[in-house]
Order: sequence, then structure tokens, then C-alpha cells
Amino acid sequence: MKTNAHKRQVLKYVVCKLIAQAALFVSLVALVIVMVFVLLRGVPHINMQFLFGEYSIRAPSIKPALMGTLYLIVISLVVAAPIGIGSAIFLAEYTNSKSRLVRLIRIAVETLAGIPSIVYGIFGYLVFVVALGFGYSFIGGGLTLAIMILPVIVRSTEESLLAVPRSLREGSFALGSSKVRTIFSVVLPCAANGIVTSLILAVGRVVSESAVLILTIGMVVDIVPKNFTSAGTSLALAVYGFSQRYPEQAAATGAVLLVLVVAINILATLLGKVFGKGELVDG
Amino acid sequence: MRGVFLFCAVFSLLALGCICVFLFINGVPFIGKVGLDNFFGMQWNLHEASYGILSMIVASLYVTALAMIIGVSLGLFTAVALYKFCPPKMVAVIRQLINLLAGIPSVIYGLFGLIIIVPLLRDYVSPNGVGYGILAASIVLSVMVLPTLVGVSLDALNAVPKNYYEGALALGATKEQSVFRIMLPAAKSGIMAAVVLSIGRAIGETMAVIMVIGGSPTIPTSLFQSTRTLTANIAMGATELTGDPKTALIATGVVLFFFTLLLNVSFSLLKGGEKRENKRAQKTGS
Repeated sequence: MKTNAHKRQVLKYVVCKLIAQAALFVSLVALVIVMVFVLLRGVPHINMQFLFGEYSIRAPSIKPALMGTLYLIVISLVVAAPIGIGSAIFLAEYTNSKSRLVRLIRIAVETLAGIPSIVYGIFGYLVFVVALGFGYSFIGGGLTLAIMILPVIVRSTEESLLAVPRSLREGSFALGSSKVRTIFSVVLPCAANGIVTSLILAVGRVVSESAVLILTIGMVVDIVPKNFTSAGTSLALAVYGFSQRYPEQAAATGAVLLVLVVAINILATLLGKVFGKGELVDG
Repeated sequence: MRGVFLFCAVFSLLALGCICVFLFINGVPFIGKVGLDNFFGMQWNLHEASYGILSMIVASLYVTALAMIIGVSLGLFTAVALYKFCPPKMVAVIRQLINLLAGIPSVIYGLFGLIIIVPLLRDYVSPNGVGYGILAASIVLSVMVLPTLVGVSLDALNAVPKNYYEGALALGATKEQSVFRIMLPAAKSGIMAAVVLSIGRAIGETMAVIMVIGGSPTIPTSLFQSTRTLTANIAMGATELTGDPKTALIATGVVLFFFTLLLNVSFSLLKGGEKRENKRAQKTGS
């Protein structure tokens, strides 16, 4: 027998379901609108002069920002990639006990991932700009970013190392290889796709980051940087830098940044898929 | 070789240690020097050497709370819809899209707020003709944390053992009842972890906020009033100030760092709780 109370109960959750579906729709629309509006406002102002021309007060260009972004990617990857991959190798290959040190390292990695970027900015300012006397420079900003992207690289590299089947390592040992040889000629090549994906994601982080750079590279939007020790700007920082005086250029820079980041992320996803398909089966 | 790898692994630990040490030795003595009443006071006026950050703490908490109210209600329902009330083929596509959106730089969200949300609020919603302020910042932040919130909550729902759902159906509950009364409560700690993670994101976000909050160091009394959060305070003075005011920014950073450490600890506790619960459930289930 179906009472009224029972019917009401059922109906209540059907309403909840409808609310959930509406929420899904609203969320998707909100997120897509962000992208669409930034592109709509920005794309009409993009031209060759804006992208690669010389900077002038009448016609600001993002050539300095493009160069700066490139510098930051190079510095942060050169530092963070070896340390991050080495760290992941240690966590995945050399430890199977739950030692206190390993636990501490994991907590440190988690904590680093949760620190706001502006706090990294202060740290970079105190260490590189003041204590080491670099002043506002790409090297300081790049090194700070390197610490920031470390958790990204460590986590996903460790995951792809753990995905390599045990039997491959055992086979290599059985053929008489040492542990180090096994890691470098068996485990790392098998995990190469996953590691490259993690590095690309890290590049995405570097390109997106801006708050940390205000305090470390100095937001100089108008001069093409000469070398790693000069002050400058990056694409993301230029969006903020332009936003007060050149709203059109800010939107155009935003559109360029958006396209770049989306392209980087799609590349990482595609590589991840190739990796998923070629997955090695234990057995 | 083991030593080299060990060094790499310990590097994160060293970096974290350095960050703590540098922040504290530069920030804490300053708080001692100007005094707690001054530093946690209402007045931020650099000419009178008053460095009170209370109004910024309040603004940060307001913005975060409001962003969470909007974001969590929207994100949680979205995750539920993706979990059971959406064609499976679409779920994969939407999941990809959300992952993609999670990577969008925060400055883009700020830009969106600046060119769309602020004028919209100013012209149609605001009673006093000001678009900048807490409401604009909260809206921008709530959209920004959506991808994280939806992704992590959906993972938490998927981690709940399927036999809960089947059991509820077998007892005569409808599909909707099973999802809302059984699966959602069972994924509780995972969802809480998602919320804590998003709170950390929101309270630490700088660029998206700084572009829409206005920037006056006054205690917020209205949703439409130029004000300043902890993060905005640091970023706004970053390139201009020197001497004591600059140290005040570092001390502001220490306060922010303290907040995020607190959130980090509660996040790991919740994550641990989720794992234990699911393990227990699987044991009793099989």
C-alpha cells in the first residue's frame, strides 16, 4: 500500500534529483561562459604587432611576456624535473617500509602542494630577492616556481613508476642487472610517457602562475628581458599588469594565455591516453 | 645512487623547512615589535605606523564563506548529478571538460570577474553603484573552485562500495532515495575533504580576488564595498612598499600561512578518515 507520506518521500528526492541536474547545467554554463567571454573580448585585439611587435606606450605588445614565460619554464623545469623524478624514484623504488622519514617526506610534499602561491612569493622574495641579492629576476622567480611545481612532478611520476609491473623489475634482476641499471634501463623507459605527462602538467602550472611572480620577478611589462638575471613579466602576470590601464590588451593577453594553457592540458591528456592504451600487463 | 635519490626526496622536506623558517624569522619579530594590539587591530594606515590586519582577516573569511556557500551547494549537486543522474556517455566528456577547466589560470577568472561580473553587479544588482567587493569576489571564487569541488566529490562518491546502493534498492528505496540518503552520507568524509581543499584554494587565492575586490583597507560592512583580503593586501603593496610596511606584508603572509597549515592538517585527517571508512565498509560487505 502506498500512503501519501510515502509518495511525498519519493517525490522529495525526485525534486532533489531535478535540482542536481539543474546544478550540473548551471555549473557547466558558468565554466564555459568564463572561457567564451574571455575569448570573445580578447581575440579581436590580437594581431602580429600585439604578439611579436616592439612594445610602445601606444601599442603594448606581449613580446616581453612571451619571452619571460619561456625563461620561467626553462629555469623551473631544469631545476624541478631532476629533483622531482629522483624524489619519485626514491619513494617508489627504494622504500617499501613505512619508515618515519618516508612519512615525513610525503607530508612535506602534501603540505607544499597546499601552500598559497602568494606565500611562495613572499618566500622567494625573502630568499632570492633579498637574502641572496638577486634582486627582481627570472632566476629567483624560476627557482621559486620550481619548488612550487615539485609536488606535481613527484606525485604523478611516482604513480607512473608504480604502474610498471613488478615482473619487469624481477626479470631484469634475474638477468643480473643492478638496481640502478634496472631503474634506468627498464623502469624509467616504461614510465616515460607518464613522466612526460607530469612534466607537461608542471609547465601548465608555471604558465598559469602569477601571484608568486609579483614578488619575485617584478612585473616589468615593457622591456624584453636580456637574460636570466633581468626583471620582467610573464603572460599571466601581464594580464594583471595590463588590467588597470589597458583593459583591451589585458583581455587579449588573457585569450592568448587561455589558448596556451588549454593546449598544454589537452596535450597532457592525449599523452596520458597513449600511456593508458600501451599499459603493460603484469603476467 | 641511493644517496642521490634520497637527497632529491629530502629536498621537499628541506624546502618546506626553509619556507617556515624564513617566514617566521622575518614575520614574527615584526608582530612582536609593533605589538599584538596594533597588528591585529582595525586600523591599516602606513603613515601612522598602524598595521592592523583585522579588517583583512574579516574580509578573507567573509569572501571564503560566501564563495563556499555558493560553490558547495552548486558543486555538490553537480557531483551527484554526474554520479547517477546523467547519461554515462556524457559523464566521460563532462569529466574531461572539468579536468580541463581545473587548469585554467586564476588570473583568467579574475579577468572574467573584472570585465563581466563587476559591471553586471554595478549596473543591475548593487544598491550603491559599486560593483567591486565581497560579492563579486565570492562569485568569481565559487566558479573557480567548482572543478576541484566536483572532481574530488565525484571521486569520493565513486569510492563508496556499490553494494550500499544495491542494498538500498533491494530494500525498496527508489534510485533517488538511495543516492541522497545512502550514498551521499557514506561519502561524507571524502566530500568534506573536497570542501576543505576548496577552502584552502579560496582563502589563498590572490589574483582572481585582487582584480575584483577594490582594495580599500576598511572593514567590510556591505557586499558592495571596496575592501581587501589578506592575499590582496600582500600583492597590492608588493611592488611599492619598502621597510617596515613591507615587513608588515610578510607578517600578513605568516598569518595566511598559519591558516593554510591548519586547513592542510584537517584535510589529511579527513582523507585518512575516508580511507578507513571505505576499508571497514568493504570488510563488512564481503
